[in-house]
Amino acid sequence: MPAPESNMERLPMNENPAGAHHGNAPQGFPPQNNTLGPMSQGPPQLPPQMFTTAAQLLDLTDKKLVLVLRDGRKLIGVLRSWDQFANLVLQDTIERLYAGNLYADIPRGIFLVRGENVLLLGEIDLDKEDDIPPHIQRASFQEVFELKKKEDGARKVGDKKRHGKLQTLGFEPEHSGEILF
Amino acid sequence: MLFFSFFKTLTNQTVTIELKNDIRIRGTLKSVDQYLNIKLDDVDVLDLDKYPHLSSVKNMFIRGSVVRYVMLPRSEVDIGLLEDATRREAANQAGKAR
Repeated sequence: MPAPESNMERLPMNENPAGAHHGNAPQGFPPQNNTLGPMSQGPPQLPPQMFTTAAQLLDLTDKKLVLVLRDGRKLIGVLRSWDQFANLVLQDTIERLYAGNLYADIPRGIFLVRGENVLLLGEIDLDKEDDIPPHIQRASFQEVFELKKKEDGARKVGDKKRHGKLQTLGFEPEHSGEILF
Repeated sequence: MLFFSFFKTLTNQTVTIELKNDIRIRGTLKSVDQYLNIKLDDVDVLDLDKYPHLSSVKNMFIRGSVVRYVMLPRSEVDIGLLEDATRREAANQAGKAR
């Protein structure tokens, strides 16, 4: 197994990387006490503070990120602050709407996002940032918004039909009660 | 904490993650935490045409609550050991409950 590398090694080992988030390290989980027993001999044991939400988000701080929310929104901004629940603060945020082969940007500003709404957080490769796939065209907000409304409506109708059918067969539709795009 | 430990043994392996919204992402597992939030490096989104917003993303943090499956390299999983660990964990839990 290769030794852990990259950002992980630059984490401060002796102090909590999160500073104030001291309670974040999993309690009652000393690094040597791996419940998998013998398997723990394989990979090197990393200090437990590397396996915390805080350590994961520390690497992404002050980077330009795309944040995908549970309602399907895509926000692009700079991550400035966060906590152990993945509550996030984004600065200079734009919202990017996608519909069909079109997209539009809306300047938004500062976002404070509650962690439960986060789907994923991707670091944007600044070299590839402008390589938007060739079939995707920039368009006006109005145009994209109207198209998106139409698409969302069509999807809602389709979902409703599918859920109805599933329910008559005795299935509970997946992630019902929770919006996920 | 069994699966937390298990995933920790899989760091630096290539895994494919399927999210609850059907996006599938392949990448190197860099880190996992107690909520099974996952950090992936060198990501490769399958069916990228459908998810243009992920085209310039190189590494990502995925919230554990939106993961449906994690597909693992078969050769890196010691099934026997995992079974043992699961039984031991279950026995511990039963011991605690009493």
